[in-house]
Amino acid sequence: MSTDERIDYTLKINGKPYKVENAFYSENLLHVLRYRLGLTGTKYGCEHGQCGACTVHIDGKAVCSCMELAACAVGCEITTIEGYNNQDGTLNRLQESFVKHAALQCGYCTPGFIMSAAKFIEENPNCTEDQVREGMDGNLCRCTGYNRIIEAIKEAAEVRK
Amino acid sequence: MSEVGKNLPHDSAVGHVTGASVYIDDMPPAHNELLVDVFYSPVSHGIIESLDLTKARSISGVVAIFTYKDLDGKKRLGPIIQDEVLLVEKVCEFMGHPIAVIAAENRKALKKAKAAINCKIKELEPVLSIDAAKAKNQFLATNKRLKRGDAEKAFSQAENILEGKIISAGQDHFYFESQAAIAYPGEHNQIVVHSSTQSPSEVQHSVAHFLGLQQNQVVCITKRVGGGFGGKECQATHFAIMASLVALKTKRPARIILDKDTDMQITGKRHPFETNYKVAFTAEGLITGLKVNLYADGGAFHDLSLAVISKCLLHVDNAYYIPDLEFIGNICKTNYPPTTAFRGFGSPQGVLAIENIIEDIAHFLNKDAYEIRKLNCYGIEERNITPYGQTIENNTLARLFNELFQSSKYSERKKQIEEFNTKSQTHLKGISLMPVKFGVSFSQTTLNQASALVNIYTDGSIQVSTGATEIGQGVNTHIKQLVADEFDILANKVIVMPTSTEKNNNISATAASSATDLNGSAAVEACRKIKERLVACASEYFASQNKSSFSPENIVFKDGRIIDNRYSKNCEISFEELVQIAFTKRISLGERGFYATPKLQFNWESGPEKIGQGQPYSYFTNGCAVAEVLIDKFTGATLVSQVDILMDIGNPINPGIARGQIVGAYIQGMGWVTTEELKYDEKGMLLSHSPTTYKIPNIQDLPHAFTVAWIDNENLANIKGSKAIGEPPLLLGISVWTAIKHALSFISKEKTIDLKLPATNEEILMFISRHGLKEQESKAIKEQAVVSTGQN
Repeated sequence: MSTDERIDYTLKINGKPYKVENAFYSENLLHVLRYRLGLTGTKYGCEHGQCGACTVHIDGKAVCSCMELAACAVGCEITTIEGYNNQDGTLNRLQESFVKHAALQCGYCTPGFIMSAAKFIEENPNCTEDQVREGMDGNLCRCTGYNRIIEAIKEAAEVRK
Repeated sequence: MSEVGKNLPHDSAVGHVTGASVYIDDMPPAHNELLVDVFYSPVSHGIIESLDLTKARSISGVVAIFTYKDLDGKKRLGPIIQDEVLLVEKVCEFMGHPIAVIAAENRKALKKAKAAINCKIKELEPVLSIDAAKAKNQFLATNKRLKRGDAEKAFSQAENILEGKIISAGQDHFYFESQAAIAYPGEHNQIVVHSSTQSPSEVQHSVAHFLGLQQNQVVCITKRVGGGFGGKECQATHFAIMASLVALKTKRPARIILDKDTDMQITGKRHPFETNYKVAFTAEGLITGLKVNLYADGGAFHDLSLAVISKCLLHVDNAYYIPDLEFIGNICKTNYPPTTAFRGFGSPQGVLAIENIIEDIAHFLNKDAYEIRKLNCYGIEERNITPYGQTIENNTLARLFNELFQSSKYSERKKQIEEFNTKSQTHLKGISLMPVKFGVSFSQTTLNQASALVNIYTDGSIQVSTGATEIGQGVNTHIKQLVADEFDILANKVIVMPTSTEKNNNISATAASSATDLNGSAAVEACRKIKERLVACASEYFASQNKSSFSPENIVFKDGRIIDNRYSKNCEISFEELVQIAFTKRISLGERGFYATPKLQFNWESGPEKIGQGQPYSYFTNGCAVAEVLIDKFTGATLVSQVDILMDIGNPINPGIARGQIVGAYIQGMGWVTTEELKYDEKGMLLSHSPTTYKIPNIQDLPHAFTVAWIDNENLANIKGSKAIGEPPLLLGISVWTAIKHALSFISKEKTIDLKLPATNEEILMFISRHGLKEQESKAIKEQAVVSTGQN
């Protein structure tokens, strides 16, 4: 397909079907989420898959949505930050831990960190600090210097025991 | 209850962790909205021979393309000197210099139009280094100077003299939210522009002046900024003007959002510096005379360079008393994007200059650099006057030195490092304890003013609007705490509103670490005026109820209640009730506060010698850091293994926010001095324009051992005894660089250790190669090289 080719498809996001109409085949998932579906919690960072600000879950894996063609995610379970929130509006443990530890400043990288960390603590309960450092090095933050992000993730992983 | 001093979470914390916080590009598209992009110069220096927009304009979806001809007002901008050509008419002065503004219905059309613009440019020889600018005698503005005593005489009587040079490169801000603005057209040529800016008033007046409007026709609103670090002090303005131009001309809302690569390529960076020095010192290492000649790369236009070189010169002394001195600051004009504000604002380069000198003296005398630092440190009663004549009051430097020296076990660690370095064939270690003394206030006295608007509603809830922009630093949280404390109510009764030039006029940029100092003080001033009226109202009310006699001086605000302290039990009322009564009695529940920092005066043209003199700073934020590094001699790979920071930050308004600022700034400073390398090709094109190639510190770069503490020292010169904290810890990041120098001093064969900044792994490896290794080590490297070739 050429980059100018347009297609219609339905994505399953946060458990709900979302119709995408007349989209370019070449559009990445980040664009579709933000500019076609208005799900702006997922942030536009570097668009090189390097900063992690656009992290979402596809079929249970944390990925950079800027690196995925939206049309290729048809049939997958997609979760964005909007779907990771508790549905009653309260914060989940990981989010609470980020607030408690002040693991954020300007906040632009935060949704991406939350989405990456969510998968990380699921796979690494009771993790060590070194594991957090290794597991989270796909996300960049320019404000905090990371120390509180590490603290927040470690504590959220402990709570899951 | 006191909210000040508490670790309240960041004002936007819940929004941030849920993705609900709205940045510019998260605002839902308006009906009929246009997307805007910029076509810019592909060369660093050149003359436009022809610009043909016909084909681009004919592309389906393209609505308009504007050039300099469409600007009805001014054509040039700049915060100090208005010399920057916004849209090129003839001469392209840097790669990325905007030429045309494209407005289209969709992204695809924008992209196609950009490619279809036919612009013929005749390339001219660009000036792409400080040396080249010096050779061409190409400078921006005249130099600035600080002078005291007679440095030449000090040299003629010196026991020792050293001369040297230090080169420091630029740094990209790498704010996560790239430059962004949305402009909405209104009635009568009015414009409302939402901008990710640190300086809403600059956006407002620049938009007005470029579009031929009055300032009162433009409103700039800033809800939050997704990282600024100085990069949005001046340079957000350009894009706000472009969006506003489209909105005004097409009568449609217009949105411009840069992608990261474009943003990095076309916006200005931290100033690169080349600094030459000559220092006289005694056998003990006491500095007796110093001449420093600083050359900053200002890029193509003035931008903030004059203010940056000023702040730089005022920080070359750092924590040290230098009796006879001359510091000269020059700004070179080159063909790079105009270099601009970046956290520290010239002070990091000034402090780097003197810290490099201290390291060189220590190496020359074969002494511990810490001893040299302590020896030269500003005194309490004497040796306490800065090169610009300001007496240092409440000087905590010596205390910080001593306390951190003890708590970090500097002596023992240094001994262990010396032993390690003599034994290890594979690694080198280094340690450095360095101070920072950071002057707080805008060096330009006029800017030290702020206003705030406080409105109390009939249910007792409060809205505050100030000129401060929330750039992540937590200023809104500070202001919330300060306002709550004035009425002794809970902070959750207070909301800090988006910054708007409609609420507060003539706002100074959120910069110079002083947003809380200035805007917090203005907000408190507004509260106090309202409180005065509420006190009288409460006392009258108690008297009217026959509960007490009228006596406002006995009215106190306590835990959300208002009490006549003579009869506390029966004579009290809740804050909400009092507000209702005041409303009924037609007492104003809104107020504007204003603050101007007292006692400041400064002049760069003092006396016959035209030197900088005066009191530019309200007070100093001080700190010390010890950094320890471990270097792999075979690869140059450097690990920052331990950092301990001790600061004097007064009584922080929110200790959690203060701690976050300290660690974040330190790591950003560490990035500047180690991994963040801006690589350009020979034509001046930035090659490292995304995180694939430009390396800001990663989570793995955070030192494993990292402690932060501060001393107890109320600052009487500022609101609630606090001190500004945004920039000073960034300068402490230089300790990583000085620690690397210390490590390299063990293998250096020269009088001084010439190490560039950033000291990347490559730079360190080259240093190690230059200075040679012991025979068996070279052999080991060769063997390793053979092994790796074999593997390939």
